[in-house]
Amino acid sequence: MSEVVLRGFGWRHAGRRAWAVRGVDLRIGHGERVLLLGPSGAGKSTVLAALAGLLPEDSGEAEGEIEIDGLDPRKARENVGILFQDPQTQLVMARSGDDVAFGCENRGVPPSDIWPAVAAVLDRVGFRYGLDRPTAALSGGEQQRLALAGALVTRPRLLLLDEPTANLDPAGGALVRDAIARADDADATEILVEHRDLPSVDRVVVLEPGGGVRADGPPAAVFAEHGDRLAAEGVWVPGRPLPQRRAIGPAGDLLVRAEAVAVRHRLAPISLAACAGEVLAVTGPNGAGKSTLALTLGGLLAPTSGRMRAFGDDRPPHRWRAAELTQRIGSVFQNPEHQFVTSRVADELALGPRTLGRDPRPVVDELLERLHLGHLAAANPYTLSGGEARRLSVATALATAPRLLVLDEPTFGQDRRTWIELVDLLAGLRAAGHGVVAVTHDEAFVTSLADRVADLPATACCASASAQRVAG
Amino acid sequence: MSLALEPVADPAAPLARRNPVAKLGAALLFTVPLIATLDPLTPTIGLAIELAVMPLFGVRYRVLTGRAWPLALAGAGILVAMVLFAADRNGELLLALGPFAITTGVLSGALGLVLRVFAVALPGIVVFATTDPTDLADALVQNVKAPARFAIGALAAVRLLPLLGAEWQALALARRARGVDAGRNPVARLRLFGSTAFALLVAALRRGGRLAVAMDARGFDSGVPRTYARRQLFTRADAALLVISALLSAAALTTTVLAGLFRPIVG
Repeated sequence: MSEVVLRGFGWRHAGRRAWAVRGVDLRIGHGERVLLLGPSGAGKSTVLAALAGLLPEDSGEAEGEIEIDGLDPRKARENVGILFQDPQTQLVMARSGDDVAFGCENRGVPPSDIWPAVAAVLDRVGFRYGLDRPTAALSGGEQQRLALAGALVTRPRLLLLDEPTANLDPAGGALVRDAIARADDADATEILVEHRDLPSVDRVVVLEPGGGVRADGPPAAVFAEHGDRLAAEGVWVPGRPLPQRRAIGPAGDLLVRAEAVAVRHRLAPISLAACAGEVLAVTGPNGAGKSTLALTLGGLLAPTSGRMRAFGDDRPPHRWRAAELTQRIGSVFQNPEHQFVTSRVADELALGPRTLGRDPRPVVDELLERLHLGHLAAANPYTLSGGEARRLSVATALATAPRLLVLDEPTFGQDRRTWIELVDLLAGLRAAGHGVVAVTHDEAFVTSLADRVADLPATACCASASAQRVAG
Repeated sequence: MSLALEPVADPAAPLARRNPVAKLGAALLFTVPLIATLDPLTPTIGLAIELAVMPLFGVRYRVLTGRAWPLALAGAGILVAMVLFAADRNGELLLALGPFAITTGVLSGALGLVLRVFAVALPGIVVFATTDPTDLADALVQNVKAPARFAIGALAAVRLLPLLGAEWQALALARRARGVDAGRNPVARLRLFGSTAFALLVAALRRGGRLAVAMDARGFDSGVPRTYARRQLFTRADAALLVISALLSAAALTTTVLAGLFRPIVG
């Protein structure tokens, strides 16, 4: 058990003008379970990093006081465990058991005590495999469950959870939430930051982006008083309805047709069509080949069998030159940063039109305005926030005015505000006669926007999938 | 040769079970003396010994051929280059192909070099094919007192390598999606390769940074003396492996000297 006290705490990363977090007064008692909330940029992760003792003195400027049981967090490290978002960059060892043992070795736990502790903690989080299970063979949810075991094995008195389910699909997220609930220890204090599926807690603390604490209390009271404002700021406040954006008119001409298209080891044969003025959602479990299908429809990957026909062209899309492709089909990747090739936001938008020999200026100005990126025109794309990077990646695909837009998990990891903006933007494109294909795990996105759903079956090798119309 | 990340040999074989550091040391002790001479006999003896002990490491010859083919390719390349460009063309003339006089001297020099490449590379392949990277890192830390920060850090980095392959493919496809392709223009291809490689580097550095923070959060930088969950023991059998490989190497060199074929690489 740990008591956490912040008095006027602030932190500014070296080289930054703005404070990441400032003026936070907070006291969290032994055994409490607290959810930190706030719009993106409010400094939630910075507070967790500070509590985990992961902000070295020379990496920025501190203000006020932060204490765990009266100690500087940098000196209380052995009593604190932290779980981050990305399982890939938390696992150290090749074998599951070794990975959990890593924390024990670092803390100098006697070898004879290590393996019993590892076995006990794996049982506690509900890990289903043996100690020798390769960490690379685990699903994202299982990896994150293992990372939780790695954080818990040294019996921390303070557990920090920094968006532990944000990088996972719904099934993986459920797995991790289950593990966290199982491992719940009445003796440990727990502080967590979560993104979309907010867990049940005793207490919610809302950080104010400009500094200080906006609200602090039981969830029901905080959401009743501050829910509207938080939702408007992009926080996924539970129980708030999302806009419905169904097609107004019927679908238009056929843009792309896949006939029994398959990619060896990645996608089972599938036939489907994407039309103008329609949003087609591609759903299905992990490993069904959804992203592969998106790449194939986007003309980026050659199918190993079957036929792709698009835009009345005799050649399949993957044989088109890149410049030709961007005028017809725009692809938006799951990770926006993969698509950035210049060092300024405005240059990113100008690249497509310039390659086609068009004057980029009107396009750039219009897109900066439409996607609220105007104030960032000169910024480096790699420095944008998640929501900004997502908007920019969609904007770059739109810059060459393709009639079909193929998006891979467009709403993944987005805050509520960006989510709504994105749905509105895609609905607007559909109304203007564009076709949209979106690979997604996001049920709310499908309900809000999709006119048709293609649900890929679980196995990527045998069955074939077909698209079906959504009822209603 | 592909750097084996997973052992492919029978892990229960008598020599495969030896301490990873002992195996690595034995490979070095055996191969380094082989480089001291330019004649073809020494590497031939060396190769014969290596192939003879292979089953003791649990490596099957068929698996080996599958793994060593890039090495064979390199060997063929050296052979052709040496035959074409050797400066020293003494010995009996075997075949004259225009300006290229193929003599016994040229052939024996080229053959010696190719055999040396094989004799030196093979033990390395065997060591990595029979050693789990985790065991190697453990043994480096425990038996030769390598800094844990280096050995375990490198081990964690190796785990991220396969991700780079997937990332590279995504970056390349994303560039095409942005309308950037090189067509047949070699200069444009090179530039595209450079920009993709840079993006990959940025992504790899970020990922490495996140991993380092996560490792420190679990006490990797705590300064407490580390304990070892897995014990790597350096036994008499491991010491014997080192001694025997040094002796075998010396025997190969002695045979060459006695046969009067010793051609020291220096002097």
